[in-house]
Amino acid sequence: MSKICGGIFTSHVPGIGKAIAQNLQNDPYWKPFFDGFDPIHRWLAAEKPDVAVVFYNDHGLNFFLDKMPTFAIGAANEYRHEDEGWGIAFARPFQGHADLSWHIIEHVVASEFDPVMCQAMTVDHAVAVPFELCWPGKDAFPTKLIPIAINTVQHPLPSPKRCHDLGKAVGRAIESWGGNEKVVIFGTGGLSHQLEGERAGHINVDYDKFCLRNLAPDPEALLQHDTLDIVELAGSQGVEILNWIAARGALTGSVRELASNYHVPISNTAAATVLLSHSERVLA
Amino acid sequence: MLPSSRLMAQGKRAIPGTLVFDGDAAQAGYALNAMCYSFNSLANRQAFAADEEGYMERFHLTPEQKDAVRQRNVLGMLAAGGNVYYLAKLAGIFGLNVQDLGALQTGMSLEEFKAALLEHSVTETRVAQDGRLAA
Repeated sequence: MSKICGGIFTSHVPGIGKAIAQNLQNDPYWKPFFDGFDPIHRWLAAEKPDVAVVFYNDHGLNFFLDKMPTFAIGAANEYRHEDEGWGIAFARPFQGHADLSWHIIEHVVASEFDPVMCQAMTVDHAVAVPFELCWPGKDAFPTKLIPIAINTVQHPLPSPKRCHDLGKAVGRAIESWGGNEKVVIFGTGGLSHQLEGERAGHINVDYDKFCLRNLAPDPEALLQHDTLDIVELAGSQGVEILNWIAARGALTGSVRELASNYHVPISNTAAATVLLSHSERVLA
Repeated sequence: MLPSSRLMAQGKRAIPGTLVFDGDAAQAGYALNAMCYSFNSLANRQAFAADEEGYMERFHLTPEQKDAVRQRNVLGMLAAGGNVYYLAKLAGIFGLNVQDLGALQTGMSLEEFKAALLEHSVTETRVAQDGRLAA
């Protein structure tokens, strides 16, 4: 049976991608953020997950407002990042796992979710930046991708509880898969930030710390706020925490925080990176 | 942006300094956002740069949207239904990043906007004792 070995939660600011392209990892502005990935690199080298299931939001690469799915699950054997308007396209393709995607789709639809199913989709910086951060360099990614897009753009957005429940259904689906893959769950985006309006530049360290404190031991604490509460607290893009809430939902067993790095600011964003380990049973 | 009083009259929640991109905004902004979405393609970015007026006409922008684009008025584009995820692609053509946009919208200089972000400056790191994390 498949196993979920843990969760990786990280901001996905496009500027991080630019910093990677320009090799600025040791630049004083960027170093405190990139250093947060040292424990994740060691953990990934030890765990060697086969598949990454990534909860993220598309920013206008694959989806436009003509057809905006609340939830969309990739079911392709390959995905690519493409130019999002700034001329940067990460070259490394992402290998998919269509069979496991379809198993997840079957399971979550049986659990009364209604995702859009995508046999062809591009993935934007919200997937590409976390992959580049986790597996730096030029070699092919050692881990396959299953992207799950959550609408955080066009209101009404799904509720935090709905996202958490979707994550639970995805977690149960993975653990009922007959293969022997080791799976890591990603939640990308956040933490507090707001790009538009008179309140552009909004940061809320208190709310971010509340999320970071509760993510591992009590994720349901994050469900006390509805989506507009979160917009008010964390900013109109801080609502990307929905991706973290969904990803945390997929970790239904025993969870322990292995690493956490919070660094403000990166561009307009309060950046954070968290690594959680996951096992089905409590360890002796 | 709609004034708070009007939002409340519509039964909508008002969040200070913040535009919630809801169905009304999405309908009002469709043409502008569709144009910005087209800028994922380099050829389209070049076509816009070569003939802004013709390109805006092709996407049927409203007069309000066209004026906001002509004036590089970010708050005007938002008021006309623009969504920042799409507007960011237009801003890129003008050589502006999200920090430039932040400064333009808040009436600060870029340096002031960056300094305001740095007022929140904090770094907090925790790493557990775990064999898998050993260097």
